[in-house]
Amino acid sequence: MSQVGQVVGILRKLNGEYQSSTPKKLKLIDAYLVYVLLTGIVQFAYCLLVGTFPFNSFLSGFISTVGCFVLAASLRIQLNKANQSVFNVSPERAFADFVFAHIILHLVVVNFIG
Amino acid sequence: MLLTYYFWIKAVKSGSIMWSASCALAYFYMVSSWGGYVFLINLIPLHVLALMFTGHFSHRVYVAYSTVYILGTILSMQIPFVGFQPVQSSEHMLAFGTFGLCQLFSFIEYVKSKLTKTQFDTLFSFALVTVGFAAAGAGVVLWASGKIAPWTGRFYALLDPSYAKNHIPIIASVSEHQPTAWSSFFFDFELLVFMFPVGIYYCFKELTDANIFIIMYGMTSIYFAGVMVRLMLVLAPVMCVLSGIGISSVLTTYMRNLDVNQLKKSVTSTAQSSTRARRNDDSSSYPRKNEIAFGVVCMMTFFLMTYVFHCTWVTSEAYSSPSIVLSARSGDGSRYIFDDFREAYWWLRYNTDEDAKVMSWWDYGYQITAMANRTILVDNNTWNNTHISRVGQAMSSTEDKAYEIMRELDVDYVLVIFGGLIGYSSDDINKFLWMVRIGGSTEKGAHIKESDYFTPQGEFRVDKSGSPTLLNCLMYKLSYYRFGETYTEQDKPPGYDRTRSVEIGNKNFELEKLEEAYTTEHWLVRI
Repeated sequence: MSQVGQVVGILRKLNGEYQSSTPKKLKLIDAYLVYVLLTGIVQFAYCLLVGTFPFNSFLSGFISTVGCFVLAASLRIQLNKANQSVFNVSPERAFADFVFAHIILHLVVVNFIG
Repeated sequence: MLLTYYFWIKAVKSGSIMWSASCALAYFYMVSSWGGYVFLINLIPLHVLALMFTGHFSHRVYVAYSTVYILGTILSMQIPFVGFQPVQSSEHMLAFGTFGLCQLFSFIEYVKSKLTKTQFDTLFSFALVTVGFAAAGAGVVLWASGKIAPWTGRFYALLDPSYAKNHIPIIASVSEHQPTAWSSFFFDFELLVFMFPVGIYYCFKELTDANIFIIMYGMTSIYFAGVMVRLMLVLAPVMCVLSGIGISSVLTTYMRNLDVNQLKKSVTSTAQSSTRARRNDDSSSYPRKNEIAFGVVCMMTFFLMTYVFHCTWVTSEAYSSPSIVLSARSGDGSRYIFDDFREAYWWLRYNTDEDAKVMSWWDYGYQITAMANRTILVDNNTWNNTHISRVGQAMSSTEDKAYEIMRELDVDYVLVIFGGLIGYSSDDINKFLWMVRIGGSTEKGAHIKESDYFTPQGEFRVDKSGSPTLLNCLMYKLSYYRFGETYTEQDKPPGYDRTRSVEIGNKNFELEKLEEAYTTEHWLVRI
């Protein structure tokens, strides 16, 4: 029980750190990530409850959420000032790439959804 | 394939989403062209795993792999042949697993950066116990219940080369699927065979993300090229790349030691103290540095020149001739052309009904469809093993049994390739044992046993001592009809088969259920 208490304490500290040290732009992206994650969970739960027919539609929707999540996470990593040394892309370029990948993702999703 | 790899390396080096998206698009193009895309979708995750194990995993790799995997997977599912395999078959599971691992890794890194060490350890162990076991349990359940399909035939044969020979004769019969002889490595690559390990050595000396990828690509493709001849084409690009790295590194190392001015100076002036001092300096590392460097550079130049000659010769001799028109040199040195294949196909095109059906072995299916414009039973792309087996049974049975099968399949013409008159060795009698094996591999052909077609000593002979089953089967009769009265060589009796170098055993028979429609000039194609 004490371990659970410890873990709760750590999580609270983590939350505090996060609120104080993260700039507004990244918090916005994080909120978007949480929303996409929730959508994905809802879709998966629906699939488990109701069944996989039509499978291509489920896959298309689910991969769409995973794709949005991954692309937004990548954008966040690229925009984070702390990671500037690892990449050599400017913030504008990062956002443009993000849009480019999203166009491809949504074209395929619309084609696949049936 | 190369475009996909190029974009992948670019994506890993730069960490930009644009290169990753381009890699996914190139991968989509690869999936639409060849089943070998499975190699790509396993090599890229293997590379990511190698980077994780060697500590090179960075944000760039996370961005690159996640984007490539997601976009690539959904794009590949657009191809009808692939369908839902990326989430159902074992061949794609490594990519899926690595994707999950990537997300976990990055998340853990992020949390680690926000906490102290002890706090992170407690949190980590707690999460591991709860989430880890649940995920592992789910994975085992899925695998045991069969939701995830195991590795299928042709890819499993790559990991276990004896599998195809024992279980699926039709995969084993393709000559391109045989293991590679070392001589074909040398024939195709010559100098590159020796420079390949040199390139790998130089890649190991400087382990960057891209070098790790090239090493893995080289090692996996050389293993697969050794298992199956056809996969030489996967090996060829990486051979060139690694040999290029090897040759350029060797040349750079030795060019540095080369000092042309010093050579000239030491020849013209011998009494000057400056050159004597310089010569003393040289002998401290190893003597005659200059001369050795010059020698090595000359040797490499010589190798490269012979390589060019070899490549042009190989391409002109082995890879430039069409396989549908054969040529040979006659006694006085002039070229003699055998155009029998096209002759037969044109005869079919102009002398048979438009809806006539032709039965032949599957090697000639595409040619008959394209040039003779007639319906065939089986061709190179027939996946219905039972159907091909039925054709094999028809070819291996006696004329009566074969007639029943042919009536059932509604066949009008039978086409066989016969090389006995001119000595052509890729004819149907030489391929016949594969027809027997494939024919006997399904239920309806269970009475066909390969051992029946051999002599009691275990030899495959078409002369008098050949097995009676072989001497009376349809393939034999169609190939050797009227051959018994034909003279092929001086001093040899009639019916002498020049390919097998024996006089045939069963001559002067009549065909009861079929009749000869056409035989080409050199008896190569018989209908």
